[in-house]
Amino acid sequence: MPITNALTTEIQRVSILDEHGQFDETLGKDLIPNDDLIRLYEEMSLCRKLDEIAFKLQRSGRMGTYPQNMGQEANSLGAAYVLNQDDWLVTCYRENCGLFHRGLPPEKILLHWMGDERGNNIDPELCITPIAVPIGTQMLHATGLAWASKYRGEKRIACTFFGDGATSEGDFHEAMNFAANLDIPVVFFCQNNHWAISVPGRIQCSAPTVAQRAIAYGMDTIQCDGNDIFAVVYCMRKAVELAREHGRPFFIEGVTYRLGDHTTADDARRYRDEEEVELWRQRDPIIRVRDYMKQMGIWDDSKEAALMEQVEAETAAIVKRAESIEAPDSDDFFNAMYAEIPPDLDLQRRTRRTSSIGQDPSQIERPQTSSR
Amino acid sequence: MANLTLVQAINLALVQEMEKDDRVLLLGEDIGINGGVFRVTEDLQKRFGEHRVVDTPLAESGIIGTSIGLAMAGLRPVPEIQFDGFLGPAYDQICSHAARMRTRTRGGLTVPLTIRVPVGGGIHAPELHSDSPENIYIHQPGLKVVMPSSPYDAKGLLIACLRDPDPCIFFEPKRIYRAFREEVPEDEYVLPIGKARTVCEGEEMTIVSWGASVVQCMQAIEKSEKSIELIDLRTLYPFDMDAVEASVKKTGRCVIVHEAPKTGGFGAEIAARIMERCFLHLEAPVQRVAGFDTIMPYYKLELEYLPDTERISLAIDELAAY
Repeated sequence: MPITNALTTEIQRVSILDEHGQFDETLGKDLIPNDDLIRLYEEMSLCRKLDEIAFKLQRSGRMGTYPQNMGQEANSLGAAYVLNQDDWLVTCYRENCGLFHRGLPPEKILLHWMGDERGNNIDPELCITPIAVPIGTQMLHATGLAWASKYRGEKRIACTFFGDGATSEGDFHEAMNFAANLDIPVVFFCQNNHWAISVPGRIQCSAPTVAQRAIAYGMDTIQCDGNDIFAVVYCMRKAVELAREHGRPFFIEGVTYRLGDHTTADDARRYRDEEEVELWRQRDPIIRVRDYMKQMGIWDDSKEAALMEQVEAETAAIVKRAESIEAPDSDDFFNAMYAEIPPDLDLQRRTRRTSSIGQDPSQIERPQTSSR
Repeated sequence: MANLTLVQAINLALVQEMEKDDRVLLLGEDIGINGGVFRVTEDLQKRFGEHRVVDTPLAESGIIGTSIGLAMAGLRPVPEIQFDGFLGPAYDQICSHAARMRTRTRGGLTVPLTIRVPVGGGIHAPELHSDSPENIYIHQPGLKVVMPSSPYDAKGLLIACLRDPDPCIFFEPKRIYRAFREEVPEDEYVLPIGKARTVCEGEEMTIVSWGASVVQCMQAIEKSEKSIELIDLRTLYPFDMDAVEASVKKTGRCVIVHEAPKTGGFGAEIAARIMERCFLHLEAPVQRVAGFDTIMPYYKLELEYLPDTERISLAIDELAAY
């Protein structure tokens, strides 16, 4: 038989609470206790509200370019809910909800986009890396972080987030290959939101799923409805078990949608149909949970009204904290360069507004004594 | 003649070269239907089709690496790297291959491509969207490096790059993308790579600069009572040392202004060349007003980093008094 089948494979897709409100009892029963579900819903609502406010802050000149997270809240939140507090969370910039769940003060995110590095000065106890602006670079760091815990014999793992666009970058493939071949406990979570600025997903990946890319590296993989927090939690539990107990990486493709523009500097109406956006608005991860909770009798309009009031107050307080921080000292960007500032850089720092002559003031006092 | 911004002048140059030469094709992230994040390639996909204005996967190494292949096959690719800070993944392809192919094959394979890159700070952008890495590529033998400071120059220099037989990096100072307009001829014209422009003539001092900083230099000169000559290098490799030499021999004093960090910046090379060629004509040490040896701060402090009129004026005064 000269030609045999070298490999047959399949990609599982997990959906528990679908867009029509259908709930799969077999997979979903006891997956998220009601009290937790209410808390997750509240967190998504807060994140959404802050996202709306951030957009307005940018439009009114109170903040720089900001990438909205709207519509993608369930992915990072579901992941952060399953992870331990000391597992590394290595994100890019559409994972606000998961970061807040971990304990990142939300004003830190605002500060970052307000052009202030202090937004990245994160309590090390939170095990969070700062927002990664260059696309698709942070997955290698997650692999290194998880490698370190393997090296030390710890049970900590890492979970890294990236978009469908990032899977085109070379670093993505290098991270996957390292993790699979060196047995590193890292969860790769692709938020497939269908758009990399104006470029649609098919330009990044012409295979039917992004998830199948992991197969080429010998890594376990799954696709889930990324707008279904139950499905995300289910997949994360599988991933975390494999990573923590067996030291293997795992790939999750969370299929979701970027409801907003890429950033406030973008205008998605130039390149995508409103109909498509409207279709995905119907699949909103937050509305889905709310409807389900109402159906279950654990949520009602008065609770919703109270929550909205609370969210309004909390987000106002967050914005106030971000805006009331004192202006940064312009010494900061010199002082933060090295553990100890080199003498030459220190001279630049001290004389940056007072002298130009080789940034050495003594030269200015000398001209009269020069030979000329 | 039309009154155009830098963005429009570049767009016009691309249109004219694409109409004239079907070997010219554009590739990059978001350059097609979206017209580029700065709209430099606006409407070009509509006009020339998806096969000539190509939205690529999000992969800078891929964009440059495939452009090298396209160029070796005889086409004239014009890849765009969306921001200065995203050159990182493409560095290997630019420096290990584009810059070396001609000499590696002793002329058997050449790489005539033009990499367009928005560059520099001052637009309140996020991290890695405001850097000035020109010297990294000036220091890589085998590349030509160009940075216009006006719409007129941008059109003529871009056409020169597109027709050049060797790899060019065309840095577009984003701070002045739309800062002012200038009369730009409809007809095509070429400004030679390697020729500086004397922006204004003067007798007492020379300022050498390039890119968006040229605008800050002009403002400082207008405020000063001194007679100052401003030279915009326009092309950074090869660069017009003859123009700098002639000016400094005349004035005896020189300030070099650039956004990139001071240490190891291109100003150091200019200063060293002035020492080689003009030593006996100098009345004062050559000065540099540059970015500091720090990472470009996030935008709350970016104006503290960028050379501004105040710092340039200080240098002018101190140098004149020396």
